[in-house]
Amino acid sequence: MIETLTRPHREHMVRWAERRPEVLVLSADLTASCEADAFRDAYPERFFSLGMAEQNMMGFAAGLAREGFFPYVHSFAVFVTRRPFDQVAMAIAYPNLPVRLVGFLPGLTTTGGVTHQAIDDVGLMRLIPNMTVLEAGDATEVISVLDVAHAVDGPVYIRQLRGEVPRLFPKAEPMQLGRARLLTKGGDLCVISSGICTEEAIRAIAALRARGMSVRHLHVSTLKPFDDPKVLEALCAVRLGVVTMENHSIIGGLGAAVAELMAAHGIGRQLVRLGLQDTYGHGASRPYLLREYGLDALALVRAAEGLAGEPLGIDDSDLAAVRLGTVAAAEKTEDL
Amino acid sequence: MRRRVLAYTLKNKGGYLSQACSSAEILATLYLRVMRLGASAAPLVPRSFAGVPGPANPRAVTGAAYNGPRAPALDRFIFSPVHYALVLYALLIELGRLGPNGLDAFNQDGSTVELIGAEHSPGHEVTAGSLGQALSQAGGIALARRLRGETGRVWVFMSDGEFQEGQTWEAFAALAHHRLGNLGVYIDANAQQCDGAMPDVMTIEPLAARLRAFGAQVHEVDGHDSDALAAAADGCGTGDRPLAIIARTDPCRGIELMREQAPKLHYVRFKSDAEVRAFEDLLARMSAAAHAEVGA
Repeated sequence: MIETLTRPHREHMVRWAERRPEVLVLSADLTASCEADAFRDAYPERFFSLGMAEQNMMGFAAGLAREGFFPYVHSFAVFVTRRPFDQVAMAIAYPNLPVRLVGFLPGLTTTGGVTHQAIDDVGLMRLIPNMTVLEAGDATEVISVLDVAHAVDGPVYIRQLRGEVPRLFPKAEPMQLGRARLLTKGGDLCVISSGICTEEAIRAIAALRARGMSVRHLHVSTLKPFDDPKVLEALCAVRLGVVTMENHSIIGGLGAAVAELMAAHGIGRQLVRLGLQDTYGHGASRPYLLREYGLDALALVRAAEGLAGEPLGIDDSDLAAVRLGTVAAAEKTEDL
Repeated sequence: MRRRVLAYTLKNKGGYLSQACSSAEILATLYLRVMRLGASAAPLVPRSFAGVPGPANPRAVTGAAYNGPRAPALDRFIFSPVHYALVLYALLIELGRLGPNGLDAFNQDGSTVELIGAEHSPGHEVTAGSLGQALSQAGGIALARRLRGETGRVWVFMSDGEFQEGQTWEAFAALAHHRLGNLGVYIDANAQQCDGAMPDVMTIEPLAARLRAFGAQVHEVDGHDSDALAAAADGCGTGDRPLAIIARTDPCRGIELMREQAPKLHYVRFKSDAEVRAFEDLLARMSAAAHAEVGA
């Protein structure tokens, strides 16, 4: 059975920062909501409350970074990307300062509705020169993303998960910069997923494989730079086509990055981009929204059927029957 | 400073001349009587542009070395309204921090001596041209200096138009909340902006009362009186409140001829050959007077 961790970022941030006195946390009135309360209580001298004033907070982060500190700015993803966009681009990214923007509530993971759902954050941050864009897809990545971000020479946007987070990937296989995870091998269909969509994709792909479809599945956690040769290789090797799956608008994010890569390399395969189809979200539960916007396992099944040109006879009960466990990387499994 | 800026304004057929008129005494007082700076550590003739900062470009530098080295006891200068760049360059020449020909590449392609200053321009340290953003960055620097126990202060030069930006007030709220008494701001309150006179565009008054309400220690002085400007800085760095000095200035000070252009003083353009000749004559008279003064 799949293991679920409760608030993995909260305790990890404390442990991880213990021997890193250069790490500060800046917060804008969402400290416990962004699981930074344990850090605040453990290291009050390294925690700075800047109130609901994100534009100013980005300037403070830039100034602190210029002086040699590593500010980890915690807020909701919408409030560290869209609201202070000019400040992030000018004060932080232009001078290539080591500020880490830790953004919570990606996409449809919140019932908070359009004001709280970050559906364009990846696109906005990908647009900014010098910015590295990372997204956590499970508890292993929620934890290991800090090491990846800390080693980057320049600003980093971390699309982070909070609360109950499943562990999809083994503890011993941390996130690595610019490296996608190859989860299954196959030549019919190529599925590239990111963030919470990977869990849905794993469920769908198990059902597709049971019906005889061979699927190459990659999980992406570095959205910029987007230059892993493994991704290009997967795109070239596929028979029916490519499906991208992301908890974000299909414009500017993973689907767009894959489309750009395919066009640049002249890869003439059909591409289906699952994600928000140039629309806003609204306030409702996560399963309801994933179904409504075509971001769940069934949506991937339907996309695969479309590319195959035939129904595969898979419904919700088949998907519910899929048991999820921790997924080792396919290339590692082969080595054993 | 006014003479030099007028000369370049004539040469470029336009420029930020009124800013020289309003801010010359403020900037000169900051450099000569307020800030504790070391000698310039940058070349007299500015380097050419070395590319934008990034992980692949170790050659990118800021213009901060013109204000001397970084040291715990020395002050730092953050220049916010970067369309005043030419005024700062002119001052750096007068101070010997830039050579007399340091402006030969002014407004030329590939130069760092840009019309609108950037963080690589002489005397500049942060990216500030999107107005109202430098104060927050200076706040971060002041906070970092306090965390390290440094005694040096952080001085920020701002224009009054920047007090229309909400971020400026966010910054003052944060400076007061975090008791950053090691930061002082000089405001060139010339009451004019791109669209015209500030009371017509969007008033910021009563500025002193607003700043006091935000927790700043406020002085309001004649911005052309160097003694008053210098005295207002006394004690900065010893208390726990940010200091704001509102320097009330005249955007035509020293160049009366410009008053005919009011209320459009933000970027001076010459409308006729006769106007160009009038300003050239004025420049010649100003130069002759200055030489006579030096000779005497």
